[in-house]
Amino acid sequence: MRRKTKLPGGVEEQTGRSWPRNVVAMMMRMKARMSLPRGREEEQPIRRKEAKPRTVMRRTVMWGKERRERREEGRKERRRKKKRRPRVRRTPLNSLTVVYAGFDSVCPFLPSSSDSNSNSSEEEESMSEGEMARLMEEVEEKKKLIANIRNKPWRMQRRLKLLKEAQEFVDKFEGALGKGKGRKWYAYKVMMTKKWIKFQRDFENFRTACIPWERKIKEVESHFGSSVASYFIFLRWMYGMNLVLFGFTFGLVVIPEVLMGLPYGSIPRKTVPRAEQDTAQDYSVLMDFNGYCKYSVLFYGYYNDQRTVGVLKFRLPLSYLMVGIGTFGYSLMLVIRTMAKNADVGGGDGEDSDFTFAWKMFTSWDYLIGNAETADNKYASITTSFKESIVDEQENQKDENIHLRRFLRVLANFLITCSLGGSGYLIYFVVKRSQEFATRDDLSWYEKNEMEIVMSLLGLVCPPLFETIAELEDYHPRIALKWQLGRIFALFLGNLYTFLFALFDEVNTKLEEEQSIKNASIWAMKEYYANYSRLMNDSEATPPPMDPADVIRGPCWETAVGIEFVKLTVSDIQVSYLTILIGDFARAVIVRFLNYCWCWDLEAGFPSYGEFDISGNVLGLVFNQGMIWMGAFYAPGLVGINVLRLLSSMYYQCWAVMATNVPHERVFKASKSNNFYMGLLLLVLFLSLLPVYKSTDINPKKRYMNGKDKMFDIIMETIDLDLPAFMGTLFSYAANPGLIIPAVLLMVLAIYYLNSVSEAYQNSNMELKKKMKMARDEEKNRRNNADTTNQVMKDLEDLLPNRSLIPPAPPEPEKPPEQEPKPKPTKTKPGTAGKGVNLQKDVALASSNPNARGPVSRPPGPRGPGPGPGAGPGRGRGRGPPPR
Amino acid sequence: MGNKQTIFTAQQLFHRYRDLAPQLVPLDYTNHPDVKLPYELIGSMPELKDNPFRQRIAEVFSEDGEGNMTLDDFLDMFSVLSEMAPRDLKAYYAFKIYDFNNDDFICKSDLEKTLNKLTRNELTEDEVRMVCEKVIDEADLDNDGRLSLEDFQHMIVRAPDFLSTFHIRI
Repeated sequence: MRRKTKLPGGVEEQTGRSWPRNVVAMMMRMKARMSLPRGREEEQPIRRKEAKPRTVMRRTVMWGKERRERREEGRKERRRKKKRRPRVRRTPLNSLTVVYAGFDSVCPFLPSSSDSNSNSSEEEESMSEGEMARLMEEVEEKKKLIANIRNKPWRMQRRLKLLKEAQEFVDKFEGALGKGKGRKWYAYKVMMTKKWIKFQRDFENFRTACIPWERKIKEVESHFGSSVASYFIFLRWMYGMNLVLFGFTFGLVVIPEVLMGLPYGSIPRKTVPRAEQDTAQDYSVLMDFNGYCKYSVLFYGYYNDQRTVGVLKFRLPLSYLMVGIGTFGYSLMLVIRTMAKNADVGGGDGEDSDFTFAWKMFTSWDYLIGNAETADNKYASITTSFKESIVDEQENQKDENIHLRRFLRVLANFLITCSLGGSGYLIYFVVKRSQEFATRDDLSWYEKNEMEIVMSLLGLVCPPLFETIAELEDYHPRIALKWQLGRIFALFLGNLYTFLFALFDEVNTKLEEEQSIKNASIWAMKEYYANYSRLMNDSEATPPPMDPADVIRGPCWETAVGIEFVKLTVSDIQVSYLTILIGDFARAVIVRFLNYCWCWDLEAGFPSYGEFDISGNVLGLVFNQGMIWMGAFYAPGLVGINVLRLLSSMYYQCWAVMATNVPHERVFKASKSNNFYMGLLLLVLFLSLLPVYKSTDINPKKRYMNGKDKMFDIIMETIDLDLPAFMGTLFSYAANPGLIIPAVLLMVLAIYYLNSVSEAYQNSNMELKKKMKMARDEEKNRRNNADTTNQVMKDLEDLLPNRSLIPPAPPEPEKPPEQEPKPKPTKTKPGTAGKGVNLQKDVALASSNPNARGPVSRPPGPRGPGPGPGAGPGRGRGRGPPPR
Repeated sequence: MGNKQTIFTAQQLFHRYRDLAPQLVPLDYTNHPDVKLPYELIGSMPELKDNPFRQRIAEVFSEDGEGNMTLDDFLDMFSVLSEMAPRDLKAYYAFKIYDFNNDDFICKSDLEKTLNKLTRNELTEDEVRMVCEKVIDEADLDNDGRLSLEDFQHMIVRAPDFLSTFHIRI
């Protein structure tokens, strides 16, 4: 196609064999150059170059024989140069290497650009100061060109050629100027930069690859929108948090107990009682977490009450308590930190950016995608995100009867408050009744299970009811989701309340029972000893200890509570999984396959496919976590169960949503920060903190805590016994109310101060945003048809013909140095595609604008002196590209 | 040092090019043979075949405007789409790619085409119209109802994702 006669590689071959052809080609090129219009920025440098470098050159003629040619100008010179070249010996094999030498600098595959290399430091002549300065300037210009050449939207050939020339020039004169001494160091630095960038990229990739389920979530997001994805992100976050809690619990409590504590069967607490032993391994018993499960590390009752265990003197009770507190502390810290971080993100994201749609339109396709499946997902996600933005936009544009809307909203809130109040009263009523029932024995099945039935009925009926009422409000779906979440949350609080109520009831009865059984067990022990001595007739002999299975012990209420929590969690898992299986999967199967033989269209009509229930799932997750927090103290194994649940839930729900659900009718964008979910979580955390604190406070843990009245005594004990004395006094000072009250006051003040500071920042933020908006409007109004200051923009503009906005400006006298003279003014419009193919072939560096070229508005300016002074014609770069 | 790598990249690209049609492309480029690969071959490269704009890309970078590429065009394409290409250069070529009718302005019809390619025609006509209006409204600085290169650059250089999405890794 095009003959790259300019490139040394090609030149040699051609001049060697077919001189006439070469000439013809050149004629063609000349013709093209004459007839094609040129951008104004091209002439400029050419002219200047013609003038300036030549003076320099004149002085340096004698340096090398290549210099000589530089004096000549115009076509003659160029032609001569071509003839002088043939002194390179190359096998055609590495022709590519040579032809595309410097490719890296031209096209930016590699970070560094200015490679001034090839050691041509032959010239060591003396020069005057002025020459030196000028030469240096020249070299600098060339270097700049080398650095900037990849910014030019030129064709490859042209870039290669210019680069080569510039490089040769720099090579030669840098040597002359004695510069470039630190070349090795420079090359080393460049190499390291490259390596560093590559490393950073790899590391980034690695880090992204380490985020679990990223692809799964992306896939869901692309089909269901960010709102559904936000649930899965929340789930993932939850999994991470629980994993850490699991690590704490298992590492500091369970494993020490298993390794160093007393083994199973050594003491009564660790042994299944004789009466239960027959059924202890039955499946149904184990599923109820009785039998062997009850006397295992899963539950509180199993743990040692010695102050230290094992050879390591591990303080298990202390560690247990600390882990219990740490669970709350860590969760609290994490939730708050995440909220703060999210708030940060929420402020900075492009939600209200100026270019939402434009960016979506032009930057959403990822050109890296090279996989059909990914591409499908990407199409889906782009469509979804457009739909999300459209919903937002429609919401913005909506203007209707504001009074009607307000009235409807008030009405809806009224209705919902009524139904919430009603269900609250219902719960209260049922709980009261259940207390009544508790004293009676003749209960029907309904009466026994009344509370559960009512609760599940409420949970079943209310959310859809709320959703229906919320239709009245006609909020943006994102806001509607928040309202829905809040309302169902309020409803579920009733659920929580009843559960806790029942729990404390049970605890109290257990406590009474415990007291009575304790007496019984002491009595039994005495009896055993008495019997033993009577039977043996030997009052001296120490009786062997009683088999732990036979010892009478009271119910451990902590274990009982733990069992309740575990059971609740497990049944919750079962219910939610079954709901998905039946409510979504079975429904989808029926709709899909029965549709072939049904009277109406099942898919479009009534049952249709299910939508993913974001609010229900999020709340399920939040309340489940509340259960974990409350129960973890009594059942260390609960955290492990929860981790398993979240893990399986991730895969299961991802599959279910992709396989059986359809996207929401109005796909909406989730707010970038999941802070609403986090807020709910925080609330639940506090709510679950209360009962745990209460239970630790009111109920002495004699059995476990080694006779301490309160759980926290163990800390005091540790302080007293294990820390130096002054620490004890320190703590007692710290616990002094006189110290605590000022501290609390101080904290309150600090909170107040920080709060007002953040408010001030928010205000100034708003101000700035407003200003930016104004600036943008101004910019929009000011029709900027004036010259842009951006040099690259200028380059680009010049490529476009018919720029109505830019008047043909007179050539400016001074040009930035990037505007190196073009030896051949070939940067022209090649003409329409079909038109000038032949011509185009010879216009070596034609730009690619295949469309209508503008009329030739000005005659071609004076031609430059051909290749720049640096590019001596004889200096064919036969050695391949310069080393970096 | 870096030298090797450089040549390697160029050669690698050349081999990629040649692998598309080994029977057409000679190994020896010393004579600058007049070889063009048809668009069908270029567009079926794994890097491009899933790209909704592959035809436009090939057209923009090919010298004949029809997607048939010489080695130089090919190198051009991958250099512009490489990771290291400067933003303005990328923006310029992105503009050309999205300028379907080659009139040096992105007008409504171009936007519609782009959008339909991006979403596989899944948006309704109303939605498409609305999106196009919004785009013009957002990015059109001089209020001429279409996007000039200037408008486009003004908008695209502020886009956070542009550089990360507008490149192809080989």
